[in-house]
Amino acid sequence: MNTAALLSFAKAISSGAVRVVDLTQTLTPEFPIIALPPELGQCAPFRLEEISRYNERGPAWYWNNFSMGEHTGTHFDAPIHWVSGKDLPNNAVDTIVAKNFIAPACVVDCSKESTADADFVLTVPFLEAWEGKHGRIDAGSWLFLRTDWSKRDARGYANLKEDGAHTPGPAPEAVKWLVEERDVLGFGTETIGTDAGQAHHFVPPFPAHFYMHGKGRYGLQCMANLDLLPPKGAVIVAAPLKIRQGSGSPLRVLALIAAE
Amino acid sequence: MTTPLARPKRKNPLARTRLPSAPPSPRSRTAQGLTAAAAEGRFTLQVCAECQTVVYPPRDACPSCLSPRLPFKDVDPCGMLVSETTVRVTSETYFRERVPWRVGMVKLDVGPMVVTHLHGDTCEGARVRLVLKLDRRGAPVMLALPEQDTPDMADDPELRELTCDPKFRRVLITDGRNAVGQAMARACAEAGATIVFVGIADQWRPFPGDAAIKAIAQVEIVPLDLTDTDSVNELAAQNGARIDIIINTAEHVRAGGVTEGTSLTSARETMELRYLGLMRLAQAFGPIMRMRGADGVIAAAAIVNLLSVYALTNWPVYGVVSAVEAACLSASQSLRAELRPGGIKVVNVFSGPLETEWYQTLPPPKVAPAALAKAVIEALRHGLEEVYVGDVAQDIRARLEVNPKALERELGE
Repeated sequence: MNTAALLSFAKAISSGAVRVVDLTQTLTPEFPIIALPPELGQCAPFRLEEISRYNERGPAWYWNNFSMGEHTGTHFDAPIHWVSGKDLPNNAVDTIVAKNFIAPACVVDCSKESTADADFVLTVPFLEAWEGKHGRIDAGSWLFLRTDWSKRDARGYANLKEDGAHTPGPAPEAVKWLVEERDVLGFGTETIGTDAGQAHHFVPPFPAHFYMHGKGRYGLQCMANLDLLPPKGAVIVAAPLKIRQGSGSPLRVLALIAAE
Repeated sequence: MTTPLARPKRKNPLARTRLPSAPPSPRSRTAQGLTAAAAEGRFTLQVCAECQTVVYPPRDACPSCLSPRLPFKDVDPCGMLVSETTVRVTSETYFRERVPWRVGMVKLDVGPMVVTHLHGDTCEGARVRLVLKLDRRGAPVMLALPEQDTPDMADDPELRELTCDPKFRRVLITDGRNAVGQAMARACAEAGATIVFVGIADQWRPFPGDAAIKAIAQVEIVPLDLTDTDSVNELAAQNGARIDIIINTAEHVRAGGVTEGTSLTSARETMELRYLGLMRLAQAFGPIMRMRGADGVIAAAAIVNLLSVYALTNWPVYGVVSAVEAACLSASQSLRAELRPGGIKVVNVFSGPLETEWYQTLPPPKVAPAALAKAVIEALRHGLEEVYVGDVAQDIRARLEVNPKALERELGE
């Protein structure tokens, strides 16, 4: 691509010929975070403390300190997050090659199935059926699972029962297939994790984490607005904060869509 | 007979809220011996170590034998009300706002004659028992009660002025997700609180007892997370002016010492919830409560801290928690001084291990949440400032008085 083409792309964004869709949830203290047994280490929720607001602590300026875990809000999972990816090269947010932060996405709509069954599991046949309609999943693209989960209220979103969370996610074979047969860049969801709420009972447990990160692939979770994306053709910009040896990071996820 | 307190009418929003005024409070350093007893609801006077004379008012030398050895000791509080006066005119602002006010002289069986406030059910020539109370500025005062309890005696205006009775008050329980918060909400409702606001953090997270607590008629669930400044400020903005008592039930108990067994993440969570949480409560609610310290019979009255008794001396098995509790204890003393101008009491309720999940592996004796709640209600009804609930807390308190260094070493074994 020459400079003129790149600049015309920039112009297309400002003119609206390329639409920018924000896939990010707003960071608030109330937004649910992953619920782990309380004796385990806990991911910190988002918190905001005002430094000053045009007052005696700073007369002309307003600013805050904030705190949160690497896996709070809409966030990126790096391979180092999971034990299966701990020894891979360039496996942390500061060492991942920057070009990997921009990639196309295939969006698989499971919203109807997930509404009908909170424990909906994405399978290989389901993915093959999707390919039958929309074409092959391209190597190097994100696979996004659209469930419309982001439209639920907080309680329905976390959907915690006595036996844990009940939220949709991929089957172990489906994750393995996406990595080995389709060579995806990563797996993205609207739910709190890339894995299903009951994925600790899968073999292996947490397959989206185990297989994706084991092969150096990434995760995106707590996304919103996946219903605004086409099945194919959106380009995703998802660059995590450059935290030294960071296992992930909250981030702004943007989708670029041709406004045809 | 005491006229039972009527449910207070709704406040006239056009009327100015009267600011708290101060009862006369200077006391000698020696007289602070009475403060210590009043804070715990004990009745002590100086008893001469040489000649056993019971001395009042507090002095530095025995009026009988001039001995300077005059320790405060628990003594029999009974006596005879020999004279009474009803004050109708006074130059003291505090009492001008509260006349008519009865005072009298009581001849104690143990010797001294005492000038005292009088409960409405006492009468000249009758037997009475004296109690030591902290007044609205935290200074010790005497009040004569009838020898036997009388119906509705807690509603007496002179007594209610010295206590924080939850009856008809609006209470905030800061955390209703745990067993202690739920027991406290039940106890407050039973004690006659008009509204029991119960703070629930992360309402998306189910918790045991959810339905039961919502079923209590007086309970109003409010979103509250003491680790979130905005959440605390928002509740204060919404309901601060109608919260008269705060009971802080937020807990974060994790076993582990400072070197091992506790991660910094967990220690930070404990500090964030317990210490900074208390500060957030103080900053959001303190100024409103202080301003409402004389707001009628349901004036703002108290902030209750539930503290581990290991705030007083560290138990290394729960070393980090003990340290954070010590920080909370220290903060509560600052808070107490800062709220004193409003007549708001800061009540510290110390207990040993509780009969709750995070103390599961410890052997008895442990304090049941309901027992802790009962002790808090009693403390409020009696206007106490320091309460030790259960055998462990009382044992620690007693051993600290005898030999704090020995206790430190024994707890570290």
